[in-house]
Amino acid sequence: MRVFAFSKRNDLEVLRDPLNLFFGLGFPIVLLLLLTVIQRNIPVALFEIEHLAPGIAVFGLSFMTLFSATLIAKDRGSSFLQRLYTTPLTAGDFILGYLLPVLPICIVQSVICYGAAVLLGLKVTVHIVTSVLFTLPVALLFVSLGLLCGSIFTDKQVGGICGALLTNLTAWLSGIWFDLGLVGGAFQKIANLLPFVHAVEMERAALRGETEAVFPHIWWVMGYAAAVTAIAVCAFLRQMKRQ
Amino acid sequence: MDAIKTVELTKKYKGLTAVDALDLTVRRGELLSLLGVNGAGKTTTIKMLTGLTRPSSGDAFLNGKSILTDSAAVKNMIAVSPQETAVAPNLTVQENLELMAGVHGFSKAEARDKAAELSGRFGLEEVANKRAGKLSGGWQRRLSIAMALISGPQILFLDEPTLGLDVLARSDLWDMIRALKGSMTVILTTHYMEEAEALSDRVAILKSGQLLLTGTPAEIKDRAGTDKFDEAFVRIVKEATQ
Repeated sequence: MRVFAFSKRNDLEVLRDPLNLFFGLGFPIVLLLLLTVIQRNIPVALFEIEHLAPGIAVFGLSFMTLFSATLIAKDRGSSFLQRLYTTPLTAGDFILGYLLPVLPICIVQSVICYGAAVLLGLKVTVHIVTSVLFTLPVALLFVSLGLLCGSIFTDKQVGGICGALLTNLTAWLSGIWFDLGLVGGAFQKIANLLPFVHAVEMERAALRGETEAVFPHIWWVMGYAAAVTAIAVCAFLRQMKRQ
Repeated sequence: MDAIKTVELTKKYKGLTAVDALDLTVRRGELLSLLGVNGAGKTTTIKMLTGLTRPSSGDAFLNGKSILTDSAAVKNMIAVSPQETAVAPNLTVQENLELMAGVHGFSKAEARDKAAELSGRFGLEEVANKRAGKLSGGWQRRLSIAMALISGPQILFLDEPTLGLDVLARSDLWDMIRALKGSMTVILTTHYMEEAEALSDRVAILKSGQLLLTGTPAEIKDRAGTDKFDEAFVRIVKEATQ
């Protein structure tokens, strides 16, 4: 009950911010629409809707880090979190309360993204459902990154680091906008060591219905998600102790 | 029985002693003001008593429960209204109240009833559906205290409750705080001498982490040989410096 009360509050704080709604739900759809129009005028295989939609679904999730981190950093910066620390809420309640409410928002975002893709020509198959489900580990990765950044940085720093740096890293190193093989070399090697390209490849495989091709990408994503979650929990507990 | 008893409560930060072997007793139902200039140790004392900071040594007992060994029981009996306005800005007044009831383990129906009761008591009905972040400072402070009271605490900590408020808003809050007297133990920190004099049953004056004296406002004025409370405070603190 306690953790649900706290989760509900966090949900409302995220959803009632118009900027969050624009960047979380509107912006990915605008990108999808824009690139589909470009693709119709200048056909590029990368921007075909079945190739593009999974990438945009992953890119859209990167904004969840910003929302989650901003909420936590703002709470830390105000007396609100201190007030809650004097209540019977436990450390576990706080961590779950910040992580859990953003996950359903991620799922809704993916549903909207694939829904928009269907309107733009994506064939309706059962694989869309599978793809939405496969966004869960990706969502956990980004939301945990939010917990980590929110526990370390101030709300102003979070704007720069999560709003600019992370979204750009996700965009450039994920193979959504261009084939990483075209750049090759160290750039491609670094990209392959990070989870973003694996998240996109996993989503693309899921949408094609090629379950076996989901591997090994899913291990990369789940491994990073588990590691980042563990680090984020430690960082949160550390700042809780400091407060 | 005492509501609060501190036993050589001490907090040190890297060589600096913020609170130095504090022995303080607060009776049940009493309103005690902690007074002191900046750095006197008021906030650190409150942080230790509310479980936000662990003492370096010593202990404190709230209604007989140790802050060191029984912090869960302590958290169930206290509430805090922090110095800054600690409300969830995008939630309505009603939702803020229900949130605090929820984190204290009340069911949805109980939380709704509690929120309605507190809204009525603090005159918050007219702004019940407004977002807390859009309220004036006075309304936010009123909400902040109502949020602290929703769990029915036995001990309430009010940290600078009227800081930055205009005269009317301050007078309204004073009335609300007076109405709490007797029903629960209240620890108040303030920089306003007239506030401490008007509201307190007893006052504790701290300086450099040490307790200089405790007494009723009248006793403190007698001790300093003046009929002005702010003057008495200044004399006592200056005496301790010399």
